[in-house]
Amino acid sequence: MKTTYFNPDRRKTVLIAIVCVVVLIYIIQLFRLQVLNPNYKVWADNNAFFPKTLYPSRGVMSDRNGKLLVYNQPAYDVMVIMRETQEFDTLSFCRAVDISIERFRKRLDEIKDKRNNPGYSSYIPQNFLTQLSNRQYGILQESIYKFPGFYIQNRTIREYSFPYAAHVLGYIAAADKQNIADDEYYQRGDLVGKTGVERSYEKQLRGQKGVEVLLRNAHGHIKGKYENGMHDVAPISGKDLTLSIDIDLQKYGEELMQNKLGAIIAIEPKTGEILCMISSPTYDPSSLVGRQFVESFFKLAEDPYKPLLNRSLSGTYPPGSVFKTTQGLTFLQENIITTHTAYTCFYGWPLGNGRPGCHGHASPLTLTGAIGNSCNSYFFWGLKAMLENKKYGSMRAAMDKWRDYMVAQGFGYPLGVDLPGEKRGLIPNGEYYSKKGRWNAFSVISIAIGQGEVTLSPIQICNLAATIANRGYFYTPHVVKKIQDASLDSIYLQPRSTGIDPVHYETIVEGMRWAVNGPGGTCHGANIPDIMVCGKTGTAQNSSGRNHSIFMAFAPMDNPQIALMAFVENGGYGATNAVPICRLMIQKYLKGEIPASDQWLEDRIKNTVILRNVIQKN
Amino acid sequence: MSYRKTKIKNSIDWLTVIIYLILVIAGWFSIYAATYNYDQMNILDLSGRAGMQMIWILSSFIIGLALLLIESDWYDIFAFWIYLLIIALLIITIFVAPDIKGSRSWLVMGPIRIQPAEFAKFATALIVAKVMGDYHFKITKVQNLFTVLGFIFLPIALILLQKETGSALVFVAFALVMYREGMPGVVLFSGSFAVLLFVLAVRYSTEIWNATPAGEFLGLILILFFTIGLLYNYPKVRRNVPYILYVILGVCAVAGIISIFVSFNWCWVILLLLAFTILFFFFLFIKFRASTYLWIIFFAITSVGFLYSVDYVFDNLLEQHQKTRIEVTLGIIDDPSGAGYNVNQSKIAIGSGGLSGKGYMNGTQTKLKYVPEQDTDFIFCTIGEEKGFIGSVSVLVLFLILIIRLILLAERQRSAFRRIYGYAVASIFFVHLAVNIGMVIGITPVIGIPLPFFSYGGSSLWAFTILLFVFLRLDASRGDRL
Repeated sequence: MKTTYFNPDRRKTVLIAIVCVVVLIYIIQLFRLQVLNPNYKVWADNNAFFPKTLYPSRGVMSDRNGKLLVYNQPAYDVMVIMRETQEFDTLSFCRAVDISIERFRKRLDEIKDKRNNPGYSSYIPQNFLTQLSNRQYGILQESIYKFPGFYIQNRTIREYSFPYAAHVLGYIAAADKQNIADDEYYQRGDLVGKTGVERSYEKQLRGQKGVEVLLRNAHGHIKGKYENGMHDVAPISGKDLTLSIDIDLQKYGEELMQNKLGAIIAIEPKTGEILCMISSPTYDPSSLVGRQFVESFFKLAEDPYKPLLNRSLSGTYPPGSVFKTTQGLTFLQENIITTHTAYTCFYGWPLGNGRPGCHGHASPLTLTGAIGNSCNSYFFWGLKAMLENKKYGSMRAAMDKWRDYMVAQGFGYPLGVDLPGEKRGLIPNGEYYSKKGRWNAFSVISIAIGQGEVTLSPIQICNLAATIANRGYFYTPHVVKKIQDASLDSIYLQPRSTGIDPVHYETIVEGMRWAVNGPGGTCHGANIPDIMVCGKTGTAQNSSGRNHSIFMAFAPMDNPQIALMAFVENGGYGATNAVPICRLMIQKYLKGEIPASDQWLEDRIKNTVILRNVIQKN
Repeated sequence: MSYRKTKIKNSIDWLTVIIYLILVIAGWFSIYAATYNYDQMNILDLSGRAGMQMIWILSSFIIGLALLLIESDWYDIFAFWIYLLIIALLIITIFVAPDIKGSRSWLVMGPIRIQPAEFAKFATALIVAKVMGDYHFKITKVQNLFTVLGFIFLPIALILLQKETGSALVFVAFALVMYREGMPGVVLFSGSFAVLLFVLAVRYSTEIWNATPAGEFLGLILILFFTIGLLYNYPKVRRNVPYILYVILGVCAVAGIISIFVSFNWCWVILLLLAFTILFFFFLFIKFRASTYLWIIFFAITSVGFLYSVDYVFDNLLEQHQKTRIEVTLGIIDDPSGAGYNVNQSKIAIGSGGLSGKGYMNGTQTKLKYVPEQDTDFIFCTIGEEKGFIGSVSVLVLFLILIIRLILLAERQRSAFRRIYGYAVASIFFVHLAVNIGMVIGITPVIGIPLPFFSYGGSSLWAFTILLFVFLRLDASRGDRL
């Protein structure tokens, strides 16, 4: 045997130890990778799974008579998954989709910019171009295989049967950062309702997106469905809506309002359903569809007459004399006056600052006559009597009481119309005046005739007409009559009472009837031979120039079918423009046509141009 | 000499055979899973790689069986001739092999391709066992040492010429064999120390702390402490160590105070301390007349020299792709889509397996071909992904048992030839395991060598089978010849 100068047994142990240590280190590393770090699972899933979104078709809308208003048409988006892109013939791609190379590069930079596109990941499909034309789709579809990383996503976009009711229907557009932040349902490039019914019924209309989980190999090729589609979710179509709008009436109203600023709203008093809602100027809803969206939108946004603004809901104006009806009701309910109380008027009110005037009419008048003749003094006396009445304890308490009546009649707060953008208007209370300084009945008196601090939105005025037509209650106005497989929100199904005795409403109704056909009535223009119309004019003084012309009405007087208001900015006296508009609208709705005897009136209104000079930007 | 024939059936080490069978069969299932194609759902398609591997496995069984029937003495007798034959094949390969993925290591004969480099491990193991097993062989004799190193480096050189760096690296295994057979431990220690210095220097080569280059600083600190550590090994002078440490602490404190006001290169401080230590050792040498101190001084100076030449070695002696792989492993470059793609995807595959794996044939990373070379060098990914932590640790532990078993078997041999051959087999398996799995889990740089019994390929499976079964045959008849 060899003599050893080393210890073989120890060397064996060292070698075994080395092997054990290496294996132990590897086991520790495996533990770190497989057990401690959950990220690898996510990364592997991101590699392998390609979640393809399946878009549901958006609900369609039809009018109250079943006419289809909004439906869908196919559209094609170009999507890109950045990590799968490779070098390719950029020029031929740009040619296929009609964009410049600069725009191509800029678009890629935009997509990769995390500031503008916070959800960016090179693994997730990004929207590169939206809504290709059919021709571009055809060209691109044939050559898409040449552009790795790019693919075409089928979408649907809106198509409109009529160029009307843009403000009611609203439009859809790509979800912005806020939409995505508020609701995780949305991804970049998704379409979301921005205004109108499209927005307020977004959740019902959009349905539920589905997903198809596909497997993708290292070269980006799709290798079929993951586990035979077990994890796929089918999209659920959006719900169809039936609107309460009568598209024929809407169309007629828009034609009457052409070249004028203002609004026409009609409500079916028995249900609160909005029959038409015209805001002028308006636009063709189909101009905000597809790739012309951006161009059209900016044109509309920069238009000084603000066609995108829904004046019916978002404009607030001094209501003028139509407000007198609310005062009469309040004074009667509070026993400030009776139906026999008469006040004198000699071309004005003798008290108060600047002696508020009135026009010539018989004197003295009871409430019915005061409404019929629109006497200012009557309501000044009435409000003064209310504010100075000792039973309230103080003038401030009296003012608050007054305000409560106004609020109960639907003013001062948004009514809750199922459309976005409704303004609350302004109904002052005691505190409001006290904050401004000393006040008394004289300094605030003009609110009695719908001037001064008081402002209402057109929908609130129309709702007032509906409330009077119903003799004391109203349904919250709404434009959606029926939702497929679902019921309306309960707030649209329950009547809201004003708390004022229906008897007092009869007095007001008589006054409004007087205005149409009584002696000295302010709106004889609304007197239709075979329909008992009740109405009240308003003429609102304002800072923008000529008075706004306002008229609210309902018809027939007994069993009212329609309550409506028309409002023409700078249209002069109520009788000048608003009254004939309502006359035509009532006939259009109740008779279905305009009698030959009124044809001249229709022509006159359609040809009237009332556009105040505005300072054009640029 | 007396012959005592024993029945192989009774004397063969069945534990090793069973582990071999388990690994080979697990390997086949992994290859089947790794090459499974979504497009063709045919379970037993023998034209694919799984089918081919089945042929390799069956033929390996036949080879293994045949080897058990061959007289065990033959290997001792024919070791040199086998070696010569393989060397000849390696030489021929250099000239006739076609270029396949940058390597010229394949001999192509019709439909069959063999890689002689795989068999060179076996042949070298035999010749090393033969040379070192000689009764007169002494590793401390320079002539003997150079003979055995010559036999080892000849195939390495030929394999390097075939551009198969990975296969050449496997021959490091013989260092472990030589360590067992008496090579001074300091060689193994110095080698490991050099690797450590290299890693430190490269990893921190670009970092600078204040005015101090980090790689250089850490390397010097390491050298300083190892030098003092060596001194501590000698009980006679151990009591001097505290004094050195006081001096070091004192100098560091002074330097620390100065550094508050002026930032300077701390490497100079460490170099100063090293110089002081070396001088102190020299004083000890003169006092005690013991050559150990000179060796320690030699170690310190060589280490410093090595440290300062690392950059040169790294920049000039390594090829670009090798540098990149090292930099990826050390985390200097982070490029998951480029240089680090393989390892990154491999780690994703393994990491996504979790504790118990995604289930056989359910690995998305492997199914969808995210890991390149997933049926050959990166086959371990399939196990990691589909069988999870439990599965991958099981495989590791099986290999661990196999290697330890081989070492224990080698130790029980009565002839040096058989023991050394046994150690060679164990070491080769170990190096393959360490390099392959280290690469797949991102610990070692990417070096393309197969995982024994798992990676697809006839040459490697045949070569490992031969390597193992020759040893089993030798072990089975260990009592035959005294």
